[in-house]
Amino acid sequence: MLTCEQLTGLVTDYIEGWLPMRQRFRFRLHVALCRSCRRYLRQMRLTIGALNGLPRQPLPPAKEQELMHRFRAWQRA
Amino acid sequence: MLPRVLTRRLDTRRGSSDQSSAPHAARVSGDETQLLSRLLAGDEAAFAALINRYYASMLRLARLFVADLDVAEEVVQDTWLAVINGLASFEGRAAIKTWIFRILVNRAKTRGMREARSINFSSLTTGSKENATPALDADRFSASGAWHDPPRGWGVDSPEDILQRKEALQLIEQEIATLPPSQQAVITLRDLEGLTSDEVRNVLGISETNQRVLLHRARSAVRRALEKHFTKG
Repeated sequence: MLTCEQLTGLVTDYIEGWLPMRQRFRFRLHVALCRSCRRYLRQMRLTIGALNGLPRQPLPPAKEQELMHRFRAWQRA
Repeated sequence: MLPRVLTRRLDTRRGSSDQSSAPHAARVSGDETQLLSRLLAGDEAAFAALINRYYASMLRLARLFVADLDVAEEVVQDTWLAVINGLASFEGRAAIKTWIFRILVNRAKTRGMREARSINFSSLTTGSKENATPALDADRFSASGAWHDPPRGWGVDSPEDILQRKEALQLIEQEIATLPPSQQAVITLRDLEGLTSDEVRNVLGISETNQRVLLHRARSAVRRALEKHFTKG
C-alpha cells in the first residue's frame, strides 16, 4: 500500500494522468480510504485552479500603442 | 479603451471555466483558427487582446533568461514584432500561444547567452520513482509515512474563492517569483498559460522527467504557501 508521504509525491503525476494504471489504482485506493490525503489532493486541485485563473497584468499603454502602430503598419504593407 | 475590456472578459471566462485538471486543452482549436483569421484580417481588437493577454507571462519568462528589466521588455516587444511579421506564414501546426512563447524563449535565451545567463533545467536529482520529490517537509509524516501533521481545511470551496482574495493572489505571485527559474518557467507555461505538457517541453526544450519534477515542485510550493496563508492563526 502507498503511504501518505508517497502519495503527496505522486499527486502531480496523478492529476496529469501520468501514472501507469497499476499506480493509478493504488493512488485511488489510498485516497478513497484516507481523509487527509483526499483533502491534500483537493487542495492541490484548488491550487492549480487558482493558478489557471490568476489575473494578468496588462501591457503598459505606451508599449501597447507602439505595438498597435506596428500592427497597423503591417496591415497596410 | 476597448481592448482592455476585451482582455478582462477573456480572463473572466478563463477563470470560471476551469474545474478539470487539464483546463485549456479543449478550447484551443476552434478559437485558434478564428483568432488567426481575425489577426490576418488586421483585426486590431484581436491583436490588442492578444498582446495584453500574454504580456505578464512573457515578461516573467524573459526575465528568467535576462537579468535586466529593460532588456526583458525589449525581448517581449521584439517577440511581438516577430509574431506580426510571421503571422502570414504561420502554419498552425502549433497553438498560436505555443508559437509565441517559443519565439520569446528563443530570443530570451539568445540575449541571455550574451549576458552569460542560462537556466539550468537539467541538474535535477532523480530519486526513486515512488517518491521522486518530497512535496512537504518530512516532519509532516511519521516514520511509517502516514500523516503526523495532516493538512487542515482552508475554508475555501473553489479556485474562485481563492481568486477573490487579494492577499491570496499576492501570495501566489510572490511564491512564483521566489521559485527557481526553471520551476517558474514550467509553472507559468503549464498552469498560468495552459500549454499542454508537450508544448511546455517543446517551448523550453526540456525532457519529460524534468518537466514532471519541475511542475510538481512548483505546484507543491504554491500549495504550501496557500496552506500557510489559509491555516494561520
